[in-house]
Amino acid sequence: MTARAEAWLWIVQRATAAVLAVAVAVHLATIIYAVHTGLSAAAVLARTQGNPWWLGFYLVFVLAAALHAGVGLRTILREMTPWRGPSLDGAAACASLFLLIMGWRAAIGLFA
Amino acid sequence: MSGTIDVSVWRGGAEGSLRRYSVPEQESQTVLDVVTYIQRHLDPTLSYRFACRVGMCGSCAMTVNGVARWTCRTHVRKVVSRERLELRPLANLPVIKDLVTDMTAFFEKWTRAKGAFVPAASPPADFAKVPPASREREAASAGIECIGCGVCYASCDVVAWNPDYLGPAALNRAWTLVNDVRDAGNRERLGAVAGDAGCHACHSHRSCVERCPKALDPTGSIAGLKRATARALLRGEL
Repeated sequence: MTARAEAWLWIVQRATAAVLAVAVAVHLATIIYAVHTGLSAAAVLARTQGNPWWLGFYLVFVLAAALHAGVGLRTILREMTPWRGPSLDGAAACASLFLLIMGWRAAIGLFA
Repeated sequence: MSGTIDVSVWRGGAEGSLRRYSVPEQESQTVLDVVTYIQRHLDPTLSYRFACRVGMCGSCAMTVNGVARWTCRTHVRKVVSRERLELRPLANLPVIKDLVTDMTAFFEKWTRAKGAFVPAASPPADFAKVPPASREREAASAGIECIGCGVCYASCDVVAWNPDYLGPAALNRAWTLVNDVRDAGNRERLGAVAGDAGCHACHSHRSCVERCPKALDPTGSIAGLKRATARALLRGEL
């Protein structure tokens, strides 16, 4: 991977971290609210279905989390193991793609 | 103050063991004094490296009781623990013999980080004017007192994990040149210090800052390089 591409990964990691700082806080607050008020699954779905704001929020949240996890896993594996090169980059990209597909599927499931 | 110090010294190369020596304590004794005493009075086969003895040349760094230090300016009193000293070669570098490491990789990384001044293609018409209070001059001044001792490099976790990582000293050097308004090599330099082996690998653990005998801030320099490379990237200049 070129220094240019690696520098982009670093910017992506920083930018997604900034998004996640807000998104995780909102997500946790929502979970705590739902648990404390005893909302049922049906009640949660009633709030999210057809709500473009929650859909948008979770699409962005999932995108940030998927990118952040892939870039972070690549960095951790490079530091903790001898694994390097295109196979590692490809595996990290697959991890990101998997999280993205699963996450977006769940987000769309809450909306539709 | 009139006792002896129990000194364990690494003997051998990559494979070796600690050997114990008993060295008389003296007033204002430095760790380098202890090593010199051992070589001159107890064991002439001990290898170590030093030159200036006054903290300028950067050749006498060793691991003293587990911590990388410049031994000529380290008083035994400040680091001795229960009258014991353990001296090993610097970490993260191959051992040649005893307390001497091979610093080739360390200095090659200065070259890889484009640590040499690059003049403009044509000579300038006049002297460059560099106001002492300018941001660039202050940033360069903060980093230029490096003596190349390798203490930061030996203390860096990222160097230990990733042998390709350029390390704090080479990146600090690159940062001083990025801030040299006369230098014409910054486009290439920023490309050389970006990425997995460069400034973006730094975890900001700040061990280099903690251990630097000259009280420099390589982590700050590396953060500067991250900003500079990000700006260059977004401008399409990387």
